[in-house]
Amino acid sequence: MIKQAVSPQEIKDRKLYANMGLTDHEYDLIANQVLKRKPNYTEIGLYSGMWSEHCSYKNSKPVLKKFYSKSSRVVQGPGEGAGIIDIGDGKGIVFKAESHNHPSAVEPFQGATTGVGGILRDIFSMGAQPIACLDSLRFGEIKNQNDSYFISQIVAGISAYGNCIGVPTVGGDVAFDDAYSKNPLVNVMCVGLMDLDKIKVGKAAGVGNSIIYVGASTGRDGINGASFASSQFDSEHESQRSAVQVGDPFTEKLVMDACLEVINNHPDALVGIQDMGAAGLVSSSAEMGSKAGGNGMTLDLDLVPQRESGMTPFEIMLSESQERMLLCVRAGHEQEILDVFDDFGVQAAVIGHVTEGSNYKLIHHGEVVADVPVDSLASDAPVYHRESQVPDRLLHASNEQFDPQVKDLEATTNKMLAQPTIASKHSIYETYDTQVQTNTVVAPGSDAAVLRVRGTNKALAMTTDVNGRYLYLDPRVGGQMAVAEAARNVVASGGLPVGITDCLNFGNPEKPDQFYELDQAVMGMTDACKLFDTPVISGNVSLNNEFDGQAIYPTPMVGMVGLIEKLEYITTQDFKGTDDLIYIVGKTGNDFNGSEIQKMLTGKVSGKLFDFNLDTEFSNQNKVRTAIEAGTVQSAHDLAEGGLMVGLLESGFGHEVGFDVTVNLTASQMFAETQSRFVVSVSKKQQSAFEKIMGNAATLVGQTTSDGMVNITTSDNQLKLSIKDAKKTWKGALECQMK
Amino acid sequence: MRFAILSFPGSNCEYDLLHAITDVMGETGELVSYKGGSLNEFDAVLIPGGFSYGDYLRGGAIARFSPIITELIKFARTGKPIVGICNGFQILTEAGLLPGTLLTNKTAKFICKPVKLQVQNNQTMFTSEYQFGEEIELPIAHGEGNYFCDATTLKELEENNQIAFKYAENPNGSVDDIAGIVSKSGNVLGMMPHPERAVEELLGSTDGIRLFKSMIENVMSRGIVYD
Repeated sequence: MIKQAVSPQEIKDRKLYANMGLTDHEYDLIANQVLKRKPNYTEIGLYSGMWSEHCSYKNSKPVLKKFYSKSSRVVQGPGEGAGIIDIGDGKGIVFKAESHNHPSAVEPFQGATTGVGGILRDIFSMGAQPIACLDSLRFGEIKNQNDSYFISQIVAGISAYGNCIGVPTVGGDVAFDDAYSKNPLVNVMCVGLMDLDKIKVGKAAGVGNSIIYVGASTGRDGINGASFASSQFDSEHESQRSAVQVGDPFTEKLVMDACLEVINNHPDALVGIQDMGAAGLVSSSAEMGSKAGGNGMTLDLDLVPQRESGMTPFEIMLSESQERMLLCVRAGHEQEILDVFDDFGVQAAVIGHVTEGSNYKLIHHGEVVADVPVDSLASDAPVYHRESQVPDRLLHASNEQFDPQVKDLEATTNKMLAQPTIASKHSIYETYDTQVQTNTVVAPGSDAAVLRVRGTNKALAMTTDVNGRYLYLDPRVGGQMAVAEAARNVVASGGLPVGITDCLNFGNPEKPDQFYELDQAVMGMTDACKLFDTPVISGNVSLNNEFDGQAIYPTPMVGMVGLIEKLEYITTQDFKGTDDLIYIVGKTGNDFNGSEIQKMLTGKVSGKLFDFNLDTEFSNQNKVRTAIEAGTVQSAHDLAEGGLMVGLLESGFGHEVGFDVTVNLTASQMFAETQSRFVVSVSKKQQSAFEKIMGNAATLVGQTTSDGMVNITTSDNQLKLSIKDAKKTWKGALECQMK
Repeated sequence: MRFAILSFPGSNCEYDLLHAITDVMGETGELVSYKGGSLNEFDAVLIPGGFSYGDYLRGGAIARFSPIITELIKFARTGKPIVGICNGFQILTEAGLLPGTLLTNKTAKFICKPVKLQVQNNQTMFTSEYQFGEEIELPIAHGEGNYFCDATTLKELEENNQIAFKYAENPNGSVDDIAGIVSKSGNVLGMMPHPERAVEELLGSTDGIRLFKSMIENVMSRGIVYD
């Protein structure tokens, strides 16, 4: 570790800033334009953290501006700890997603726990009670025990943190592809519920008001984690464990309960509150000052609770120790707030004040160790407009759709059910407490998780979705599909999509073809968000997901929340009993490029992505929702990976209900992944009411039966199997591969 | 009926219990801090699930040194009902109010899912509303729910009819499939499954209601007289 003793001249001469992720251009900007002097070691450290992609969005800002982020329901859009959507009855839902890809890659258990901890803090810092977490995970194929150990550790980390803190982990999605083998994606979304009159934001205003540090002591963990998360991996630097932090959910629970007590019962004393996430103390404090209109601030680092001796100002400011919050408290009310934390057994200390002017000043051992304009850290980072270029693979993609040639329908079906991306994820989600807080109406396993909203007749549907293979073949259309699939899951559960959060997981934006993917994906998502009126209210950007120069598939995770206006509308994917009619909503085409069956049969995905029509999607979704709200639907299930075959069987698995289905499709088309489709079951007495609503959007294909057998007749093939046997294959496959 | 619901740092099911008691059962429930205070005014005590003190040591091992435990032991002597659920069960065994201990699940993983239980004894003040041998469904959610006791203790449990619930399909490795036991005197129940999570049709099961109803019936209606 380089010590503080390094002089400003040495930093310049030896280009020490480069080790922290700053470029020559950025150094010159700081020295010549912002400070008009050479920054010292602490100051250059502050800039390295704050100007990292993780904190400044310097490469992604121009792209993020394209997002649709306003609707009549949006109370708080992007820019705060989390966004807020008004759901009526004086209540708001608060949600955001965060990635912990890099930390999880080097230390799976702790990487995953701190991801959960960080996103929880973003939610309760807004004044909301966290009510649910969802996890979106992408792993490489499971090839050996190392892979399964790695996956188990990520899952165990998620489970350990969420279970202990008492927030149910109710959903998410998991997919496997070699594209993620050295760079897994660990994205976590948290949803909170609040009374709208209790909103708090992260700002430090009012000269003389105090800055109070709350929570765990600061240690030498996760120093410069934000810069670490903004760099690429390669085989030479695979183990960077020093940049990873350790999670302590018990402490976080106390911090959370105490902060909510302050927010709810001491509103007059509290000016602002923010979590100490990426770039720790410097980002939380500088952002709070900057958001208050460029307020100055002085912090005395000797007052910061420290668990190690001899920490330098650089280490104190850049540490990403977990379970810490920063509060701005009205002068004179300090003791009142300190007493609350004391009562909960949580450490808290006044460490500084809001000052006149706009300078951000740090004192250490009585000396000023940093003195810079607050906005230069928090809001005036450079912004780069990166060059965009269509990747070669897209220019030369074949227009022809892959032709699967399914001869043995039973063998293909069984093999499909055992694909890790398709197989049941129960062995994962059963390790999560899905029910604590007793609001979970629909637990993991259906299209979206559903939680009731106490004190109302409403419920919330929530889901995470994205298929990176589709984006790999067409970033823009794939981006549309990611939002569309999330909305389809919400609709199938009886909800109206009301907003999204995202984790934009991409490669290196400095490479024009990878920047193209990011830019196009965001435009695609925006196309869909505008049509569905689902604004992006929060999110996170995770760039440089590369290993040895090989990027992951472009994977913008979409976390969507839907509002279910009445509890009666809640719908699940399972067939409910015998003699219900089965309908397919939407038309099926020869859509195989990027599909699970292409991957299964050829080992990769290729070609031009199949066509997608957003208007058809929107229309089909609206019809299904109308049919659900009219009470005509027994079950509804979104069709996605694995197509109609997987969708039908999954509908039967829940209650082990067999069915007879005859389709005017080939056996291959049973696996086509044409978008905008649902499987819906309807009781016979609702047949005419349902058909009236659906018009020609739905096709009657068969009905559920009582003998537990699945009979599927295609135009060129026949399948007969027992639903129990098929379920056994599907349910046991992942566990078996994890052994 | 007045229920005390104990709350330790790290408890996370206390509000679920409070909701079940007040909103669903229509009784009076109050949270009581681990820091102490009298339990004299209460008719029953419930100890919730969660991760008291983070469970970084052994489930319930630190909570048992809380001031409220002294009060709880006094309360147990009065013969009034005490129920420990999940972490509450762990606290009861650590505090010596119930025999045995809860080990890590045999899978070494946390398990959350609905499980089938058999009512092994419907002669207790917690189970009288169930049928003997009846199969009910309650959710479990624990990492350390593997009930263990030595052979002598197990024999005693059986002879005294202290086994209240058994798992139909043992999920965690518990000795003799035990899911819940009562104390020798019959007024302390410890169980790993969560009855408070099964009191509303909307959430999937109402089999937990009869546990609370049994307590209310036995204490209020039948007028059990305490020592």
